[in-house]
Amino acid sequence: MTKAITVSGLHKSFGRTHALTGLDLDVDTGEVHGFLGPNGAGKSTTIRVLLGLLHADSGAAQVLGRDPWADAVEIHRRIAYVPGDVTLWRNLSGGEVIDLYGRLRGGLDTGRRAELIDRFELDPTKKGRTYSKGNRQKVALVAAFASDVDLLILDEPTSGLDPLMEEVFQRCVEEERDRGRTILLSSHILSEVEELCDRVSIIRSGRTVETGSLADLRHLTRTSVTAELAGEPNGLASLPGVHDLAIQRIQNSQGKRVRLQVDNNELDAVLRSLTTSGVRSLTSTPPTLEELFLRHYQDADADADTGEVAAR
Amino acid sequence: MTTFTGTGVLLRFSLRRDRVMIPVWVAVNTLMVLSIPNTLKSTYGTEAERTDLVHQVATNSSFRALIGPVFDDSLGALTAWRVGVYAGALGAVTALLVVVRHTRDEEESGRQELIASGAVGRRASLTAALLAAAVASAVLGLLVAAGLAGQGATGAVAFGLGLAAVGMLFATMAAIVAQLTESARLTRGLTAGVLGGAFVLRAAGDAASTDGSSVLTWLSPLGWLENLRPFAAERWWVLGLFATAVALQGTVAYVLAGRRDVGMSFLPTRPGPPTGSLGTAAALAWRLQRGSVLGWSIGFFLAGVIYGGLTDGAADLVGDNKQAREIFERMGGQSGITDAFLASMTGMLGLVAALYVVASVLRLHGEETSGRAEPLLANAVGRVRWASGHLTVAFAGSVLIMLLAGLGFAAGYGKEVGPILGACVVQVAGVWVIGGLTVLLYGLTPRLAPAAWGVAGAVLLIGWVGPALDIPQAVLDVSPFGHLPKLPGGEMEWGPVLVLLGVAVVLVGGGLAGLRRRDMTT
Repeated sequence: MTKAITVSGLHKSFGRTHALTGLDLDVDTGEVHGFLGPNGAGKSTTIRVLLGLLHADSGAAQVLGRDPWADAVEIHRRIAYVPGDVTLWRNLSGGEVIDLYGRLRGGLDTGRRAELIDRFELDPTKKGRTYSKGNRQKVALVAAFASDVDLLILDEPTSGLDPLMEEVFQRCVEEERDRGRTILLSSHILSEVEELCDRVSIIRSGRTVETGSLADLRHLTRTSVTAELAGEPNGLASLPGVHDLAIQRIQNSQGKRVRLQVDNNELDAVLRSLTTSGVRSLTSTPPTLEELFLRHYQDADADADTGEVAAR
Repeated sequence: MTTFTGTGVLLRFSLRRDRVMIPVWVAVNTLMVLSIPNTLKSTYGTEAERTDLVHQVATNSSFRALIGPVFDDSLGALTAWRVGVYAGALGAVTALLVVVRHTRDEEESGRQELIASGAVGRRASLTAALLAAAVASAVLGLLVAAGLAGQGATGAVAFGLGLAAVGMLFATMAAIVAQLTESARLTRGLTAGVLGGAFVLRAAGDAASTDGSSVLTWLSPLGWLENLRPFAAERWWVLGLFATAVALQGTVAYVLAGRRDVGMSFLPTRPGPPTGSLGTAAALAWRLQRGSVLGWSIGFFLAGVIYGGLTDGAADLVGDNKQAREIFERMGGQSGITDAFLASMTGMLGLVAALYVVASVLRLHGEETSGRAEPLLANAVGRVRWASGHLTVAFAGSVLIMLLAGLGFAAGYGKEVGPILGACVVQVAGVWVIGGLTVLLYGLTPRLAPAAWGVAGAVLLIGWVGPALDIPQAVLDVSPFGHLPKLPGGEMEWGPVLVLLGVAVVLVGGGLAGLRRRDMTT
């Protein structure tokens, strides 16, 4: 499968701030790729490099097979970008901005434009300064979805949208995917990511920490296990992959209640150990998406050596 | 009194935000006023020369229109005459900018919502804004009064109070206009328009009468200031007129503010077209800047008409005084007094046009820092093409406004149409160098781009004050305008003009090359 975006070993510093410290990203043609990470992880910096607005210090990046810095204008004919914080010109109407962006990209589907304005319930006659945040966002979204392009780069595009509009947005992304377009979606809304994304890349402190399908990522993470045992647990604490172990005495009983987190590839050994103590009851919960992200976002120990990192 | 809760905190906050702006405006204004007595002393040193000047003003209506009537031949009275209207107007601009900055600007940006959600009374923001303007006006009045005390304490106090009063009059005027429109830019424009109207009324009234007693003069707050007659048997009751007007306008502003919602206005914004015809970055640049180009064009044409109309009278007046004549001849660089006056006035407009070119080029900077450039450049628009749109407006616009100034001169003066037009267009070479320097600053070090205002200000100062102070040629040579041939009247020298144009081209090229290479900032 061809790649819409390939990035490897990207570094970018602003003075003493290291925004990107060896970032990798691969987006296949025709997929919706989630681009996730805590605030300040470097998502917007990466997107600005991909748009040719910033010049990377080192590392390689290709967008639609070209160099985003040298061939910016050529690439931009085939992509549409929606920033997370849309600023409009105060005396231009929303409709004028949509048409301007469309023409500057090299074409706008007027039928699709009308349909999108209708679906997003946007009033295109209002002037830039009178739009609310959500409505400014809609102006940029209509301009992007109505453009005839191969790649959409969306940087937290739904901040400010209400749940109904969020729904419309998700349908639009699915339609774009069905038409064979590639979408890079930076987002903090996990339900949106779960619903839309074929694969995700999680970045932290300017580098990629995880990439793959959501199922892959779930597999890599931990399961929480709660068990009531007839006797004393046997050497659970010394098993590899066991975290947050808590053992309680159960009142009026010889037994013990055990709670723990275990890496999925060590689950088997833990169950073996539990059964030797006589399992009375057992619940095992796969990680929720929230837990998965919290773990990836918070796990700062792993890369404490990369130091202070901020984006923008 | 809970409607005023938080006023003190907001006032301190406003003054902190204005800690550069207010001192600079007030300092420039004060220095301008306080430099006058010395200049006058050197030009009109003797009693006889001053009496002569008073007589000239009384008989020369065009000079009264430009500056106002003179009421006494003391140095203090002449200072108030020479600079009063202009210091008042400058003080009014300071006050109106401060008020708009802390009222409509805050609402337009949405910051006011956050402020109003705090423990802040409904009237606190407007009150704090007016108080900030009052602080700026009061400091100006105090400094001027203290600085002129040597010319007579009573007159100095009257003059200081008059300047502060004009400031507050336009502060409260801005407070009313801010309730009417949703746009801070429009509020500033409309209030400044009222100020311009006040100047024109006073000019018309003073042209018609020798003692400021015309009805037209009394319709203008700037006319009130001269009718206060500082240093010439002060009419203190005129201050009562100011106080009444300020109280009245303030009340109207508070009543209007109390009757509307935050962010709304009495004149609603009209909806725009649902579809647009803008299709290129250049078209967008023109659309964004056409309003200001129109404003500058009208201003330059009118300035040309006014100065052109004054030329004969000014030449008569100045021609009688040796020192004044020398200053004009140094500025104009030649001996024929009419040509010298025309040359110094076209040079003056060239210097002001440098402000236009800086403002216009810095639109690029504004677009970039506001975040509007980023999504625009994510379209198939190269940076240089994007910048070229705005630069075309900046550089072609400066030719346009200088041509219009020349046409205005021709209309007002009625002679030497060709040479005057040529003299105006030659100024463009100097304007373009300043514009080129702005492009270079923006292209290489966007953070320092606003320093272009400092460059333009320094060039303005050298051009205005330099000839009067007889400062060394080395300093005058720093300004590109110092190298231009003195036209009309002088010899047209192509050499320096072509060199300056070459310098401008190199500067623009360097700036664009820098813009291509650097990171875009947000």
